[in-house]
Amino acid sequence: MKTQGKVTGIIANLVIVEVDGPVAQNEICYIDLAGVKLMAEVIKVIGKLAYTQVFESTRGLKVGAPVEFQGHMLEVSLGPGLLSKNYDGLQHDLSKMKGIFLQRGDYTDALDFDSEWNFTPIVESGAQVIAADWLGEVPENWVKHKIMVPFTFQGKYTVKSVAAAGKYKLTDTIAILVDTKGVEHKVTMVQKWPVKKAITAYREKPRPIKIMETGVRVIDTLNPIAEGGTGFIPGPFGCGKTVLQHALSKQANADMIIMAACGERANEVVELFTEFPHLDDPRTGRKLMERTTIICNTSNMPVAAREASVYTAMTIGEYYRSMGLKVLLLADSTSRWAQALREMSNRLEELPGPDAFPMDLPAIIANFYARAGFVYLNNGSTGSVTFIGTVSPAGGNLKEPVTESTKKAARCFYALSQQRADSKRYPAIDPMDSYSKYLEYPEIQDYLNKNISENWVKMVMKVKNIIQRGREAFEQINILGDDGVPLEYHDRYWKAEIIDFVILQQDAFDRIDANTPLERQRYMMEKVMSICDTNFHFDGFEQCSSYYKRIINTLKQMNYSQFKSEEFYNYDRELETILNERRVE
Amino acid sequence: METKAFQRIYTQLTGITKATVSLRAQGVANEELAMVHGRLAQVVKIMGDIITLQVFSGTEGIPTNAEVVFFGEPPKLKVGEDLAGRFFDAYGRSMFGDSEIEGEPREIGGPSVNPLRRKQPSELIATGIAGIDLNNTLVTGQKIPFFADPDQPFNQVMAMVALRAQADKIILGGMGISNDDFLFFKNVFENAGALDRIISFVNTTEQPPVERLLVPDMALTAAEYFAVEKKEKILVLLTDMTLYADALSIVSNRMDQIPSKDSMPGSLYSDLAKIYEKAVQFPDGGSITIIAVTSLSGGDITHAIPDNTGYITEGQLFLRTDSDSGKVIVDPFRSLSRLKQLVIGKKTREDHPQVMNAAVRLYADAANAKTKLENGFDLTEYDERALKFARDYSEKLLAIDVNIEVDTMLDTAWQLFAKYFSKTEVAIKNELVQKYWPN
Repeated sequence: MKTQGKVTGIIANLVIVEVDGPVAQNEICYIDLAGVKLMAEVIKVIGKLAYTQVFESTRGLKVGAPVEFQGHMLEVSLGPGLLSKNYDGLQHDLSKMKGIFLQRGDYTDALDFDSEWNFTPIVESGAQVIAADWLGEVPENWVKHKIMVPFTFQGKYTVKSVAAAGKYKLTDTIAILVDTKGVEHKVTMVQKWPVKKAITAYREKPRPIKIMETGVRVIDTLNPIAEGGTGFIPGPFGCGKTVLQHALSKQANADMIIMAACGERANEVVELFTEFPHLDDPRTGRKLMERTTIICNTSNMPVAAREASVYTAMTIGEYYRSMGLKVLLLADSTSRWAQALREMSNRLEELPGPDAFPMDLPAIIANFYARAGFVYLNNGSTGSVTFIGTVSPAGGNLKEPVTESTKKAARCFYALSQQRADSKRYPAIDPMDSYSKYLEYPEIQDYLNKNISENWVKMVMKVKNIIQRGREAFEQINILGDDGVPLEYHDRYWKAEIIDFVILQQDAFDRIDANTPLERQRYMMEKVMSICDTNFHFDGFEQCSSYYKRIINTLKQMNYSQFKSEEFYNYDRELETILNERRVE
Repeated sequence: METKAFQRIYTQLTGITKATVSLRAQGVANEELAMVHGRLAQVVKIMGDIITLQVFSGTEGIPTNAEVVFFGEPPKLKVGEDLAGRFFDAYGRSMFGDSEIEGEPREIGGPSVNPLRRKQPSELIATGIAGIDLNNTLVTGQKIPFFADPDQPFNQVMAMVALRAQADKIILGGMGISNDDFLFFKNVFENAGALDRIISFVNTTEQPPVERLLVPDMALTAAEYFAVEKKEKILVLLTDMTLYADALSIVSNRMDQIPSKDSMPGSLYSDLAKIYEKAVQFPDGGSITIIAVTSLSGGDITHAIPDNTGYITEGQLFLRTDSDSGKVIVDPFRSLSRLKQLVIGKKTREDHPQVMNAAVRLYADAANAKTKLENGFDLTEYDERALKFARDYSEKLLAIDVNIEVDTMLDTAWQLFAKYFSKTEVAIKNELVQKYWPN
């Protein structure tokens, strides 16, 4: 018997319901507005009154409207068919909705229950299994989608029977499991999971041991992100956050990409919808859309569903991680999610924390970031969820609560600088303010030195040092004037400029330069560092700047050429000639 | 909106604040309209049988025994071809006492477009202003504000853009604009013979500030009617969104909400996004483009209003007076149109992106040279040339009184390049230089 209730109060999307039975915190209910069901979530209970946040506009709602509670929290459906889908924040399929405008209560199925899938069993009857063990698999795009023991199953089970290879619908029984008490449980290809809870059905979550290649030089080379790691990108508007996120989604070395467009511009999501079905995935040769799932709750969609959207995305990520896949989850932007929390906290008349955000904001953010990670599954194989969120700091001020809370939770920090953006030095990631904690992990250092080159980490530190010294030299030149400083300052400044122009800056709109594989990053880095280690002779600062500009120009042409092509080597030789002009032994 | 015969009249208010009244009533719906003591009001809070109403024109003089009549429906606008060429107040009532609109009543502030049903914007809006067409090209379905200090001629520029933009309808949403500015818009449109394409919803400074909150929704409901049903290209002008946000903060303050940054309500981002995101390119040709004004205080863009706006809109345009030419220009450094990539070099000539970047880069060199000069350092010969280029560039291209086609802008830029610089200094792709460099 489901708990029933009646609406007794309405303040914007906060609706107060008097209930006739038990309700749980975060339980989902449906409010009946003249036949249209509005989904809502319990966020506070006082006596017989349940305070609910409605995921829709409450216009026209009246006191006395009937409410039905569902007995579960906000859940997502997990099963084959999630890839390539475009969902709203509550996992309703946008493509199945009718009409141009979003209508209240138009809740569409997340999965295609009519479709048939080619099932192949992995276990045999008699096998002992626990939650998340693989029972069988179906091909989904290019992924072998594992059908698992539902995550909600506790303890050990014995496989009584498993379906033979063949075509099945999502709701067909594909296995019967028996628990220790002898009770039989039917398993289908679909399971449900509450989004606010982390899926922890894996053996172990170690420290990350390798990096995730993104093809973006300033990330991979200077501040790499670990596979299963966390990072965040704060930046004022107009600094290229979105372009950077789109670049990551196109290039990152991941099996699956989940984009959570949380409270951002609709036209940006339209760009994904328009381009991804046509863009090629360089690794598989298939279309990018085939490895992508988009969760889209744009800024004009219901505010309460914004918070849900990032959790929905994370849960889908954890589900695919359990199949042994490398998942990259991108959320743009977590500030909008925090603002949604603020709006609700305000309506609940809670005492506010800094900037009127709820007091538990840092804890909520930390908890969420902690769900990412690299894991060993029950069967010893590995899977990962790497999470990168953007933050939109109010007024570009990094001292605001969302940025500060995120800084405590995320291990990589990619600071977008207004100054770099203004001078069109893209990506505008500030090389000095940004950091990757992973660069300090001995495991990651070993990995880099082994897989890229011996002394790689040392070289990265040296690059950062050169940039720092170049910056100092630049300030001196600005204060004292071009001819007020020793020539050596100009030399130092221009060597840092080479690194800036050739390694840090990258043209996201150029076919070749947009994506630089690690091997190529190493080649260019060693080239640039050998120039930085060379002494040149100059007669004056004007000579110095025009000479280095030539070097930069040639190196940039190399960046624009196909790696190791004839054109590439031609520029390489041209560079040698230029270097020989002024080299001092 | 007359009272209907069967409606119940309440006459006992239980509470009055500066902006709201409350009373006991049954069967009232959220966001429903009501008439309180002859003034329009809207339901903002329901607690059991206690209803709180926001009175748009303020509660001065409302007695506890005031008559309250509920309409049973949220604010609506009658839409139809009739709207064209007319001037309305914030409630959608005709300003000059002409006849009632014939048409179907529509709820204002309706639902959002399913993002999957949107089309990627791809149609250029030509304005004849190089600071816009050349450097910050506008596209149908875009939303973009002017960030401007109150002393800058943003309303004039906006009127100019509107008239040149070849839109099927221009809808003006005026919020807290002075009566003089309103008459300016009216005269400009009248003189241009464009009145039949204009629809205005205006709240002037002479009217209560809270009424402004209805203006954008009114304007956009009319826009959606023409864009969806008539498949027309609609340009919506919203001025001034800062005053709109101020009205939001007044209401939230009187509802005892906890203010966030700069005394603005915590929901400012969502409130603004709901308006701006109405800009859309529909798949079957209709579109809504929004050009807004967000007035700044002393050029401060970190204030909550411009800051939140910047995160929502697809770029922003800055006006400033160029010190060399003394003319108002669209600032090439701080202005940005995020959607220009969708059209430049595709819908315009192939050399557009490179010419645009080269010109701005050289203009930046001139700015550096100027700083050098101010700091008392010597200028190089290149610096001198860059300065001369900058002067010509701002006078012949950037100044907002220049009105030319995009191709002419590109040709002019090439001529300036050739006049002051060598081909290597301009550093444009070789094949384009060969084709367009003037001999």
